[in-house]
Amino acid sequence: EGKMLTNISNVLRACAQRNISHLFVFYFKKCDVFKLDEAPATQVVMTRDEGLQYYRTMQTMRRMELKADQLYKQKIIRGFCHLYDGQEACAVGIEASINLKDHLITAYRAHGYTLTRGGTVKEIMAELTGRRGGIAKGKGGSMHMYCKHFYGGNGIVGAQVPLGAGVALACKYKGTDELCVCLYGDGAANQGQIFETYNMAALWKLPVIFICENNRYGMGTSVERAAASTDYFKRGEFIPGLRVDGMDILCVREATRFAADHCRSGKGPILMELQTYRYHGHSMSDPGVSYRTREEIQEVRSKSDPISLLKDRLLSNNMASVEELKEIDVEVRKEIEDAAQFATTDPEPPLEELCNHIFSNNPPVEVRGTNPWAKLKSLS
Amino acid sequence: MAAAARLFIRGAHSTLAISGVGTGKQSSLFKLSAGCSSRLKAQRHVAHFTFQPDPPTTEYGATQKMNLFQSITSALDNTLASDPTAVIFGEDVAFGGVFRCTVGLRDKYGKDRVFNTPLCEQGIVGFGIGAATAGATAIAEIQFADYIFPAFDQIVNEAAKYRYRSGNLFDCGNLTIRAPWGCVGHGSLYHSQSPEAYFAHCPGIKVVIPRGPLQAKGLLLSCIADNNPCLFFEPKILYRAAVEQVPVDSYTIPLSQAEVLQEGSDLTLVAWGTQIHVLKEVANMAQEKLGVSCEVIDLRTILPWDTETVCKSVARTGRLLISHEAPVTGGFAAEISSTVQEECFLNLEAPIARVCGYDTPFPHIFEPFYIPDKWKCFDAIKRMINY
Repeated sequence: EGKMLTNISNVLRACAQRNISHLFVFYFKKCDVFKLDEAPATQVVMTRDEGLQYYRTMQTMRRMELKADQLYKQKIIRGFCHLYDGQEACAVGIEASINLKDHLITAYRAHGYTLTRGGTVKEIMAELTGRRGGIAKGKGGSMHMYCKHFYGGNGIVGAQVPLGAGVALACKYKGTDELCVCLYGDGAANQGQIFETYNMAALWKLPVIFICENNRYGMGTSVERAAASTDYFKRGEFIPGLRVDGMDILCVREATRFAADHCRSGKGPILMELQTYRYHGHSMSDPGVSYRTREEIQEVRSKSDPISLLKDRLLSNNMASVEELKEIDVEVRKEIEDAAQFATTDPEPPLEELCNHIFSNNPPVEVRGTNPWAKLKSLS
Repeated sequence: MAAAARLFIRGAHSTLAISGVGTGKQSSLFKLSAGCSSRLKAQRHVAHFTFQPDPPTTEYGATQKMNLFQSITSALDNTLASDPTAVIFGEDVAFGGVFRCTVGLRDKYGKDRVFNTPLCEQGIVGFGIGAATAGATAIAEIQFADYIFPAFDQIVNEAAKYRYRSGNLFDCGNLTIRAPWGCVGHGSLYHSQSPEAYFAHCPGIKVVIPRGPLQAKGLLLSCIADNNPCLFFEPKILYRAAVEQVPVDSYTIPLSQAEVLQEGSDLTLVAWGTQIHVLKEVANMAQEKLGVSCEVIDLRTILPWDTETVCKSVARTGRLLISHEAPVTGGFAAEISSTVQEECFLNLEAPIARVCGYDTPFPHIFEPFYIPDKWKCFDAIKRMINY
C-alpha cells in the first residue's frame, strides 16, 4: 500500500513534463473467491513503465512462439512443441508479483515461463532446435527447459505438482521468505497426485500458490467432458481459492500479489484458477480445430487477446503512443530473428554429451553401450 | 488428430562400414558417428528400419489391406460386435484416439461402450480392473507407454495378484491394457520408452508386442480372449508405416509362442516389435557380406516367454544375439540371455550378445546414435562369428 503511494507521487512529479500520463488507475470487478474473506484489489494502478515492460515481454513471448511455429513447420524444430500464445498474460502477470528469488514450476507448456524466469530468447530457441547453446544444453528440448529457481518444463502431466510442494517445504524449512508457484492445467487437475499434494500442503501450511491454467481444453477434451466440477479454484476443498481472468494481465498480477501475501504471511497454500485460452492446438501435431471451432478462436483473439487488451489500455489512456509501441514491436522482431538465426546455426551438442549427467559421479563412470564391447564415458 | 500420428522418421542413414570399434575406445565410435551427423543434415530423414510385411495368408478368410492402427481398429470392432460386455476407454478414445486406433467405434457401438476418461492413468487402470472383475471385457488405453507409470502400482500390485491372493475366487482376466510403445524418430524422453522389462518382472500379467498389422490383430484378440490381465504394446512408429493384408474376421494367434521367421544355421537373432525389421535386414546383410546364415525369431510374448523355441534354436546354431531399444541393463535381453546360458551352456560358441539402447534416458537430439540400428547389430554378429 505504502509502496504504491510512493510510486504514484514519484510519477506524478514527472507527469507535468509530458502529455503522456505516467500512470492510470483501473477498476475491476471482484473476482470469485472460495473460503476467503478478502479478495484481490479491485482498484489497480499501472504505471507507464510497467505497462511498456509488460507489453514488451508479452510481445516477445508471442513472437517467439510464432517463430517456433514457423521453424517447426520448416522441420528445423522437431519432436513435441507446445506453444503458449494466447496465455502470455498469465506468465507475465505472475512474474510481476513475485521476484526471481521465488520458485516456479510448471508442466510442458513452458516457453513463456522460461522467458519470464530469466531465460533469454536465444537460449530458448536453441533448446528447441536441440543445439549446444540451448538452456538445457540441447538435451531437453521444448518440454524440458530450466533455469535458476525455475524447475521446468515437465513432461508427465501432474507430476510437477508434488515437486512444487516439496520446493515450498524447503523454503519454509530454510526460513526464507520465498514461496513456490506451482502450475498445472485443466487436464492435470483430475490427476490423483494433485489432491495428494493439496492435502500435504494444507496440512503443513506450505507457502505454495497452486495455479490451474484453465485454457478450456485438456489436449482435445473440453473441460465439461473431463471434469465433474469445472470450478477448478474450488477443487482444493480445504485450500482457499480464487478465480481470475487470465487474459487480463493486471487481474493476474493483482491476484498473484494477493496470493503471495497470503503465503508469505504464513497462512499456508492458496489455489488460483486462471481462465485463459491458447490459440494453437495442444502441440504442433494438433491443428486445434477438430474439437473447437475457428469462430471460437477468432472470437477470443478479437475480444480478449491479452496483448491487445494491454495495448488498448496504454493507448486510450494516453500512457504510450502508437509509435512507441511500434518501435517496441520492431525491436522485438529483431531480437527474435537474431535468436532464430542463432538457433539454426549453433552446432548440436557433442556426442560425448549423450552419456553425461546420468548420475552424479566422480570419477567418471562407464555406461554400457548398444553392444557388450562399446563402453561410453559418463561425466557429471 | 491425424497430425498427431504424423511420424517423422529419421535415423543414422549411414553407409559407412563400422570396422573394429575398439573395446572401450569410444573415439572411433564417435568418429564415424560424427560423419553421420553431417550427412543427417543434408539428407532426407529416413527410418532406421524398413518394414518387411508378412506374406498374405488365406488361413483366416478374406483379407483387406490395413496398416497397424487399422488392424487394431478391426480387432476392437470384432470384439465389440461379438462380446456385448466389451468396453473401450482411455484418454481421447471417443473421437478415434491420438493414433486413430478407435476411429468409428463410438458411432457404431454407442457412447456407453466407447468412452473417454479424464487424465488419470492410475484411475484408468484401477477402474479397468474393477470393471474386469465384475465381468465386463475391459479394454483400457494408456495414451503412451511412457505414461503407464502412475498405473504401475495398479497393474503390478492389484491386477497381477488378484487371482493369486484371492485363491482363484476373483480375477481380472477380462482386462487388456493397450499402449503405444517404442521409439518414433522424434519422441525424445517421454514419447519413446519401451517399458516391457519393468512388467516382465511381475508374475500374473502377460506382456505382448506385435511386429506388424497381421500379428497385431491376432495377438490383440488373443489377449482380449485370454483369462489373464494383458499388456499389449503397439510399436507407434509402425502405425502408418506397416501395411499388410489382414483378415477382416476374428482370428487368434497363440500367446507365449515365439515365431521363427527365417531359419538359419549359424546364429540366432531374437527381437520383438520394430526391432524385428531391423534384424531381418541384418540377417540379409550377414548372409550377403559374411556368408552367415541367421535364424530370426520374433518373441511376440514377453511374459511368459517361449523358452523352448529360443533354446532349441541356440542349441543348433550356438550363437545368440538379442536386440531391443530399451536400455541394456536390466532389459529383457538379460533375462533371455541368462536362461539360454543355463539351458544351452555347452552349445554356445560365443558369448551371447545384447545389442540394446544405452543406459541413458531416451535422448532428445541424440536418438539416431542411441538406438540399436542395423550397423551395431551387424558389428556384433561379426564379433560373434570371429570369436
